[in-house]
Amino acid sequence: MEYDVQQLIRLAAFIGGGVSMGLGAIGAAIGEGYTASEANMAISRNPKQAGNIFKTMLVGQAVAESASIFALVIAILLLFADISGAGLLKAVCFLSAGICMGFGAIGPGIGGGLAAGEACTGMARQPKASNRLTSSMLLGSAVCQTSAIYAMAVSLIMMFIGFGNAPLNPTWAAFLGAGLSTGLAAIGSGIGEGLTAKACCEGIARQPTSASNVTASMLVGQAVAETPAIFGLLISMILIFGSYAETTLLSPSIALISAGLATGFGCIGPGIGSGIVSGEGVRWIARNFEHTGLLTRTMLVAQAISQSTAIYAMVISLILIFVM
Amino acid sequence: MAIEGADLIKAAAFLGAGLAMGLGAIGPGIGEGMIGAKTCEAVGRNPKEAGLLTRTMLVGQAVSESTGIYALVVALLLLFVV
Repeated sequence: MEYDVQQLIRLAAFIGGGVSMGLGAIGAAIGEGYTASEANMAISRNPKQAGNIFKTMLVGQAVAESASIFALVIAILLLFADISGAGLLKAVCFLSAGICMGFGAIGPGIGGGLAAGEACTGMARQPKASNRLTSSMLLGSAVCQTSAIYAMAVSLIMMFIGFGNAPLNPTWAAFLGAGLSTGLAAIGSGIGEGLTAKACCEGIARQPTSASNVTASMLVGQAVAETPAIFGLLISMILIFGSYAETTLLSPSIALISAGLATGFGCIGPGIGSGIVSGEGVRWIARNFEHTGLLTRTMLVAQAISQSTAIYAMVISLILIFVM
Repeated sequence: MAIEGADLIKAAAFLGAGLAMGLGAIGPGIGEGMIGAKTCEAVGRNPKEAGLLTRTMLVGQAVSESTGIYALVVALLLLFVV
Protein backbone atom coordinates (compact mmCIF):
# COMPACT_ATOMS: atom_id res chain seq x y z
CA MET A 1 0.00 0.00 0.00
CA GLU A 2 1.30 3.43 -0.90
CA TYR A 3 0.49 6.52 1.12
CA ASP A 4 1.53 10.03 0.36
CA VAL A 5 2.83 12.34 3.09
CA GLN A 6 -0.15 14.68 3.01
CA GLN A 7 -2.52 11.81 3.63
CA LEU A 8 -0.44 10.56 6.56
CA ILE A 9 -0.39 14.03 8.15
CA ARG A 10 -4.15 14.33 7.75
CA LEU A 11 -4.53 10.89 9.33
CA ALA A 12 -2.33 11.84 12.29
CA ALA A 13 -4.21 15.12 12.78
CA PHE A 14 -7.56 13.31 12.86
CA ILE A 15 -6.33 10.66 15.30
CA GLY A 16 -4.76 13.41 17.43
CA GLY A 17 -8.02 15.37 17.47
CA GLY A 18 -9.97 12.30 18.50
CA VAL A 19 -7.53 11.38 21.26
CA SER A 20 -7.47 14.96 22.54
CA MET A 21 -11.22 15.29 22.90
CA GLY A 22 -11.84 11.69 23.94
CA LEU A 23 -9.33 11.65 26.80
CA GLY A 24 -10.00 15.31 27.55
CA ALA A 25 -13.65 14.63 28.31
CA ILE A 26 -12.87 12.14 31.11
CA GLY A 27 -11.74 14.53 33.82
CA ALA A 28 -14.26 17.34 33.47
CA ALA A 29 -17.18 14.90 33.32
CA ILE A 30 -16.11 13.08 36.50
CA GLY A 31 -15.35 16.34 38.31
CA GLU A 32 -18.59 18.04 37.36
CA GLY A 33 -20.59 14.95 38.25
CA TYR A 34 -19.01 15.02 41.70
CA THR A 35 -19.88 18.73 42.03
CA ALA A 36 -23.51 18.13 41.11
CA SER A 37 -23.83 15.21 43.54
CA GLU A 38 -22.38 17.28 46.38
CA ALA A 39 -24.67 20.19 45.44
CA ASN A 40 -27.69 17.91 45.71
CA MET A 41 -26.57 16.67 49.11
CA ALA A 42 -26.03 20.27 50.20
CA ILE A 43 -29.48 21.40 49.04
CA SER A 44 -31.13 18.52 50.88
CA ARG A 45 -29.32 19.56 54.07
CA ASN A 46 -30.21 23.20 53.78
CA PRO A 47 -32.97 23.81 51.21
CA LYS A 48 -33.13 27.53 52.05
CA GLN A 49 -29.74 28.01 50.41
CA ALA A 50 -30.81 26.22 47.22
CA GLY A 51 -30.41 29.27 44.98
CA ASN A 52 -26.93 30.10 46.27
CA ILE A 53 -25.76 26.51 46.10
CA PHE A 54 -27.09 26.08 42.57
CA LYS A 55 -25.25 29.22 41.46
CA THR A 56 -22.00 28.06 43.06
CA MET A 57 -22.38 24.65 41.48
CA LEU A 58 -22.69 26.19 38.01
CA VAL A 59 -19.75 28.57 38.52
CA GLY A 60 -17.58 25.77 39.87
CA GLN A 61 -18.54 23.45 37.03
CA ALA A 62 -17.72 26.15 34.51
CA VAL A 63 -14.18 26.42 35.89
CA ALA A 64 -13.76 22.62 35.95
CA GLU A 65 -14.98 22.57 32.35
CA SER A 66 -12.16 24.80 31.13
CA ALA A 67 -9.63 21.93 30.81
CA SER A 68 -12.05 20.12 28.58
CA ILE A 69 -12.61 23.25 26.50
CA PHE A 70 -8.85 23.47 25.94
CA ALA A 71 -9.04 19.89 24.64
CA LEU A 72 -11.90 20.88 22.33
CA VAL A 73 -9.92 23.84 21.01
CA ILE A 74 -6.88 21.66 20.28
CA ALA A 75 -9.11 19.03 18.64
CA ILE A 76 -10.74 21.62 16.37
CA LEU A 77 -7.38 23.17 15.49
CA LEU A 78 -6.13 19.68 14.58
CA LEU A 79 -9.16 18.85 12.46
CA PHE A 80 -8.83 22.02 10.41
CA ALA A 81 -5.03 22.31 10.48
CA ASP A 82 -3.23 23.70 7.47
CA ILE A 83 -0.93 20.94 6.22
CA SER A 84 0.24 22.29 2.90
CA GLY A 85 3.92 21.64 2.30
CA ALA A 86 4.52 19.94 5.67
CA GLY A 87 6.81 16.95 6.15
CA LEU A 88 6.36 13.70 8.06
CA LEU A 89 7.49 15.29 11.35
CA LYS A 90 4.31 17.36 11.27
CA ALA A 91 2.28 14.15 11.47
CA VAL A 92 4.07 13.11 14.68
CA CYS A 93 3.60 16.62 16.12
CA PHE A 94 -0.13 16.55 15.48
CA LEU A 95 -0.54 13.13 17.05
CA SER A 96 1.57 14.11 20.03
CA ALA A 97 -0.28 17.42 20.52
CA GLY A 98 -3.53 15.46 20.77
CA ILE A 99 -2.08 12.97 23.27
CA CYS A 100 -0.60 15.79 25.37
CA MET A 101 -3.82 17.80 25.63
CA GLY A 102 -6.01 14.72 26.09
CA PHE A 103 -4.08 13.36 29.08
CA GLY A 104 -3.41 16.87 30.37
CA ALA A 105 -7.11 17.66 30.76
CA ILE A 106 -7.92 14.65 32.97
CA GLY A 107 -6.44 15.82 36.28
CA PRO A 108 -7.49 19.49 36.24
CA GLY A 109 -11.07 18.52 35.38
CA ILE A 110 -11.32 16.14 38.33
CA GLY A 111 -9.53 18.60 40.64
CA GLY A 112 -11.73 21.56 39.77
CA GLY A 113 -14.83 19.44 40.37
CA LEU A 114 -13.63 18.37 43.82
CA ALA A 115 -13.15 21.99 44.91
CA ALA A 116 -16.54 23.10 43.58
CA GLY A 117 -18.35 20.19 45.26
CA GLU A 118 -16.89 20.99 48.66
CA ALA A 119 -17.78 24.68 48.22
CA CYS A 120 -21.44 23.63 47.76
CA THR A 121 -21.32 21.45 50.89
CA GLY A 122 -19.71 24.28 52.82
CA MET A 123 -22.37 26.71 51.77
CA ALA A 124 -25.07 24.50 53.23
CA ARG A 125 -23.09 24.20 56.46
CA GLN A 126 -22.16 27.87 56.83
CA PRO A 127 -24.28 30.14 54.61
CA LYS A 128 -22.67 33.28 56.07
CA ALA A 129 -19.29 32.35 54.59
CA SER A 130 -20.71 32.07 51.05
CA ASN A 131 -18.63 34.86 49.56
CA ARG A 132 -15.36 33.67 51.08
CA LEU A 133 -16.15 30.15 49.95
CA THR A 134 -16.87 31.17 46.38
CA SER A 135 -13.74 33.27 46.07
CA SER A 136 -11.45 30.63 47.61
CA MET A 137 -13.05 27.93 45.47
CA LEU A 138 -12.49 29.99 42.32
CA LEU A 139 -8.88 30.69 43.30
CA GLY A 140 -8.20 27.03 44.12
CA SER A 141 -9.77 25.61 40.99
CA ALA A 142 -8.07 28.23 38.82
CA VAL A 143 -4.73 26.98 40.17
CA CYS A 144 -5.85 23.41 39.29
CA GLN A 145 -6.20 24.47 35.67
CA THR A 146 -2.57 25.59 35.36
CA SER A 147 -1.37 22.09 34.52
CA ALA A 148 -3.97 21.90 31.72
CA ILE A 149 -2.61 25.23 30.49
CA TYR A 150 0.91 23.74 30.37
CA ALA A 151 -0.48 20.88 28.29
CA MET A 152 -2.20 23.32 25.95
CA ALA A 153 0.96 25.41 25.61
CA VAL A 154 3.04 22.34 24.72
CA SER A 155 0.38 21.18 22.23
CA LEU A 156 0.26 24.58 20.54
CA ILE A 157 4.08 24.78 20.38
CA MET A 158 4.18 21.36 18.73
CA MET A 159 1.45 22.25 16.26
CA PHE A 160 3.02 25.48 15.10
CA ILE A 161 6.77 24.90 15.50
CA GLY A 162 9.02 25.06 12.43
CA PHE A 163 11.53 22.21 12.15
CA GLY A 164 14.25 23.75 9.99
CA ASN A 165 16.15 20.73 8.72
CA ALA A 166 15.81 18.52 11.79
CA PRO A 167 16.46 14.86 10.94
CA LEU A 168 13.34 12.71 10.91
CA ASN A 169 14.71 9.77 12.86
CA PRO A 170 15.37 10.79 16.43
CA THR A 171 13.26 13.98 16.24
CA TRP A 172 9.91 12.21 15.84
CA ALA A 173 10.54 10.42 19.14
CA ALA A 174 11.44 13.68 20.88
CA PHE A 175 8.06 15.18 19.97
CA LEU A 176 6.16 12.06 21.06
CA GLY A 177 8.08 12.01 24.34
CA ALA A 178 7.39 15.72 24.90
CA GLY A 179 3.64 15.20 24.51
CA LEU A 180 3.59 12.22 26.89
CA SER A 181 5.70 13.97 29.51
CA THR A 182 3.59 17.11 30.00
CA GLY A 183 0.28 15.34 29.40
CA LEU A 184 0.77 12.53 31.91
CA ALA A 185 2.48 14.74 34.51
CA ALA A 186 -0.50 17.11 34.50
CA ILE A 187 -2.81 14.34 35.78
CA GLY A 188 -1.18 14.10 39.20
CA SER A 189 -0.83 17.81 39.87
CA GLY A 190 -4.37 18.55 38.73
CA ILE A 191 -5.90 15.98 41.10
CA GLY A 192 -3.55 16.92 43.94
CA GLU A 193 -4.32 20.62 43.74
CA GLY A 194 -8.01 19.80 43.60
CA LEU A 195 -7.75 17.82 46.85
CA THR A 196 -6.03 20.84 48.46
CA ALA A 197 -8.67 23.29 47.24
CA LYS A 198 -11.39 20.92 48.48
CA ALA A 199 -9.86 20.88 51.96
CA CYS A 200 -9.60 24.67 51.91
CA CYS A 201 -13.34 25.02 51.21
CA GLU A 202 -14.13 22.56 53.99
CA GLY A 203 -11.88 24.46 56.39
CA ILE A 204 -13.45 27.85 55.62
CA ALA A 205 -16.94 26.44 56.14
CA ARG A 206 -16.00 24.93 59.50
CA GLN A 207 -14.01 27.91 60.71
CA PRO A 208 -14.86 31.09 58.76
CA THR A 209 -12.62 33.27 60.98
CA SER A 210 -9.52 31.46 59.73
CA ALA A 211 -10.39 31.99 56.06
CA SER A 212 -7.40 34.12 55.06
CA ASN A 213 -4.95 31.82 56.88
CA VAL A 214 -6.46 28.77 55.23
CA THR A 215 -6.46 30.29 51.74
CA ALA A 216 -2.79 31.26 52.08
CA SER A 217 -1.86 27.73 53.20
CA MET A 218 -3.86 26.30 50.29
CA LEU A 219 -1.84 28.35 47.84
CA VAL A 220 1.46 27.23 49.41
CA GLY A 221 0.36 23.59 49.29
CA GLN A 222 -0.85 23.88 45.72
CA ALA A 223 2.40 25.50 44.64
CA VAL A 224 4.34 22.50 45.95
CA ALA A 225 1.87 20.05 44.37
CA GLU A 226 2.41 21.88 41.07
CA THR A 227 6.11 20.99 40.87
CA PRO A 228 5.61 17.54 39.23
CA ALA A 229 3.69 19.22 36.39
CA ILE A 230 6.56 21.69 36.06
CA PHE A 231 9.06 18.79 35.86
CA GLY A 232 6.93 17.38 33.04
CA LEU A 233 6.90 20.73 31.26
CA LEU A 234 10.66 21.07 31.70
CA ILE A 235 11.39 17.67 30.14
CA SER A 236 8.99 18.50 27.26
CA MET A 237 10.75 21.78 26.57
CA ILE A 238 14.18 20.08 26.63
CA LEU A 239 12.87 17.44 24.21
CA ILE A 240 11.15 19.88 21.84
CA PHE A 241 13.98 22.39 21.60
CA GLY A 242 16.87 19.90 21.63
CA SER A 243 18.88 19.29 18.49
CA TYR A 244 19.53 15.71 17.49
CA ALA A 245 22.10 14.11 15.20
CA GLU A 246 20.64 12.06 12.38
CA THR A 247 20.78 8.31 12.96
CA THR A 248 19.53 5.12 11.38
CA LEU A 249 19.36 3.30 14.72
CA LEU A 250 16.22 2.65 16.72
CA SER A 251 17.65 3.01 20.23
CA PRO A 252 18.24 6.82 20.29
CA SER A 253 14.58 7.35 19.39
CA ILE A 254 13.33 4.91 22.01
CA ALA A 255 15.53 6.68 24.60
CA LEU A 256 13.73 9.98 23.91
CA ILE A 257 10.22 8.44 24.11
CA SER A 258 11.21 6.64 27.31
CA ALA A 259 12.41 9.93 28.80
CA GLY A 260 8.91 11.32 28.26
CA LEU A 261 7.25 8.19 29.68
CA ALA A 262 9.46 8.15 32.78
CA THR A 263 8.79 11.76 33.79
CA GLY A 264 5.16 11.61 32.68
CA PHE A 265 4.18 8.52 34.65
CA GLY A 266 6.64 9.30 37.42
CA CYS A 267 4.99 12.62 38.20
CA ILE A 268 1.44 11.25 38.59
CA GLY A 269 2.00 9.70 42.02
CA PRO A 270 3.99 12.54 43.61
CA GLY A 271 1.43 15.09 42.35
CA ILE A 272 -1.49 13.22 43.91
CA GLY A 273 0.53 12.38 47.04
CA SER A 274 1.63 15.92 47.79
CA GLY A 275 -1.95 17.05 47.15
CA ILE A 276 -3.21 14.56 49.76
CA VAL A 277 -0.66 15.93 52.25
CA SER A 278 -1.48 19.57 51.65
CA GLY A 279 -5.21 18.81 51.76
CA GLU A 280 -4.93 17.31 55.23
CA GLY A 281 -2.53 20.06 56.28
CA VAL A 282 -4.94 22.80 55.20
CA ARG A 283 -7.87 21.01 56.87
CA TRP A 284 -6.06 20.96 60.19
CA ILE A 285 -4.75 24.52 59.87
CA ALA A 286 -8.41 25.54 59.71
CA ARG A 287 -9.34 23.53 62.80
CA ASN A 288 -6.28 24.40 64.83
CA PHE A 289 -4.99 27.65 63.46
CA GLU A 290 -2.92 28.68 66.47
CA HIS A 291 -0.50 25.95 65.33
CA THR A 292 -0.36 27.12 61.70
CA GLY A 293 3.45 27.35 61.70
CA LEU A 294 3.97 23.83 63.00
CA LEU A 295 1.39 22.35 60.64
CA THR A 296 2.78 24.19 57.62
CA ARG A 297 6.25 22.91 58.45
CA THR A 298 5.06 19.31 58.78
CA MET A 299 3.09 19.65 55.55
CA LEU A 300 6.04 21.03 53.59
CA VAL A 301 8.44 18.34 54.85
CA ALA A 302 5.98 15.57 53.95
CA GLN A 303 5.30 17.09 50.52
CA ALA A 304 9.01 17.41 49.81
CA ILE A 305 9.54 13.72 50.61
CA SER A 306 6.63 12.57 48.47
CA GLN A 307 8.17 14.53 45.58
CA SER A 308 11.37 12.53 45.77
CA THR A 309 10.27 9.83 43.33
CA ALA A 310 9.34 12.51 40.78
CA ILE A 311 12.91 13.76 41.04
CA TYR A 312 14.28 10.22 40.47
CA ALA A 313 12.06 9.97 37.38
CA MET A 314 13.34 13.30 36.10
CA VAL A 315 16.95 12.20 36.67
CA ILE A 316 16.34 9.01 34.64
CA SER A 317 14.77 11.13 31.88
CA LEU A 318 17.72 13.51 31.82
CA ILE A 319 20.14 10.55 31.64
CA LEU A 320 18.10 9.09 28.77
CA ILE A 321 18.16 12.40 26.90
CA PHE A 322 21.72 13.56 27.48
CA VAL A 323 23.82 10.47 28.25
CA MET A 324 22.30 7.73 26.10
CA MET B 1 15.74 2.16 9.25
CA ALA B 2 17.58 -1.11 9.67
CA ILE B 3 16.82 -2.70 13.03
CA GLU B 4 19.56 -5.02 14.23
CA GLY B 5 19.94 -7.23 17.29
CA ALA B 6 22.17 -5.07 19.48
CA ASP B 7 20.23 -1.91 18.62
CA LEU B 8 16.92 -3.59 19.41
CA ILE B 9 18.17 -4.83 22.77
CA LYS B 10 19.44 -1.35 23.65
CA ALA B 11 16.09 0.15 22.64
CA ALA B 12 14.26 -2.36 24.83
CA ALA B 13 16.54 -1.55 27.76
CA PHE B 14 15.82 2.18 27.38
CA LEU B 15 12.08 1.57 27.19
CA GLY B 16 12.28 -0.73 30.19
CA ALA B 17 14.23 1.85 32.18
CA GLY B 18 11.72 4.60 31.39
CA LEU B 19 8.72 2.46 32.26
CA ALA B 20 10.34 1.02 35.41
CA MET B 21 11.07 4.46 36.85
CA GLY B 22 7.89 6.08 35.57
CA LEU B 23 5.42 3.47 36.81
CA GLY B 24 7.55 2.70 39.87
CA ALA B 25 7.26 6.30 41.06
CA ILE B 26 3.45 6.31 41.21
CA GLY B 27 3.04 4.11 44.29
CA PRO B 28 5.63 5.67 46.59
CA GLY B 29 4.39 9.16 45.68
CA ILE B 30 0.80 8.39 46.70
CA GLY B 31 1.82 6.25 49.69
CA GLU B 32 4.13 8.87 51.15
CA GLY B 33 1.39 11.42 50.62
CA MET B 34 -1.02 9.34 52.70
CA ILE B 35 1.55 9.06 55.49
CA GLY B 36 2.16 12.81 55.40
CA ALA B 37 -1.56 13.56 55.40
CA LYS B 38 -2.21 11.46 58.50
CA THR B 39 0.79 13.06 60.19
CA CYS B 40 -0.66 16.52 59.54
CA GLU B 41 -3.90 15.33 61.10
CA ALA B 42 -2.08 13.88 64.11
CA VAL B 43 -0.02 17.05 64.63
CA GLY B 44 -3.23 19.08 64.38
CA ARG B 45 -4.87 16.95 67.06
CA ASN B 46 -1.89 16.80 69.35
CA PRO B 47 0.69 19.51 68.56
CA LYS B 48 2.80 18.69 71.64
CA GLU B 49 3.92 15.41 70.09
CA ALA B 50 4.98 17.03 66.82
CA GLY B 51 8.61 15.90 67.15
CA LEU B 52 7.74 12.26 67.74
CA LEU B 53 5.11 12.31 64.98
CA THR B 54 7.51 13.84 62.45
CA ARG B 55 10.13 11.22 63.32
CA THR B 56 7.62 8.40 62.84
CA MET B 57 6.46 9.97 59.58
CA LEU B 58 10.00 10.16 58.22
CA VAL B 59 10.71 6.51 59.07
CA GLY B 60 7.43 5.40 57.50
CA GLN B 61 8.05 7.44 54.37
CA ALA B 62 11.59 6.07 54.09
CA VAL B 63 10.18 2.54 54.12
CA SER B 64 7.55 3.30 51.49
CA GLU B 65 10.22 5.09 49.45
CA SER B 66 12.11 1.80 49.14
CA THR B 67 10.09 0.57 46.16
CA GLY B 68 10.81 3.85 44.38
CA ILE B 69 14.51 3.28 45.01
CA TYR B 70 14.21 -0.29 43.65
CA ALA B 71 12.71 1.21 40.50
CA LEU B 72 15.57 3.71 40.29
CA VAL B 73 18.17 0.94 40.76
CA VAL B 74 16.53 -1.25 38.10
CA ALA B 75 16.36 1.70 35.71
CA LEU B 76 20.04 2.54 36.26
CA LEU B 77 21.01 -1.13 35.85
CA LEU B 78 19.09 -1.26 32.56
CA LEU B 79 20.77 1.92 31.36
CA PHE B 80 24.36 1.30 32.37
CA VAL B 81 24.95 -2.39 33.17
CA VAL B 82 22.73 -4.60 31.04
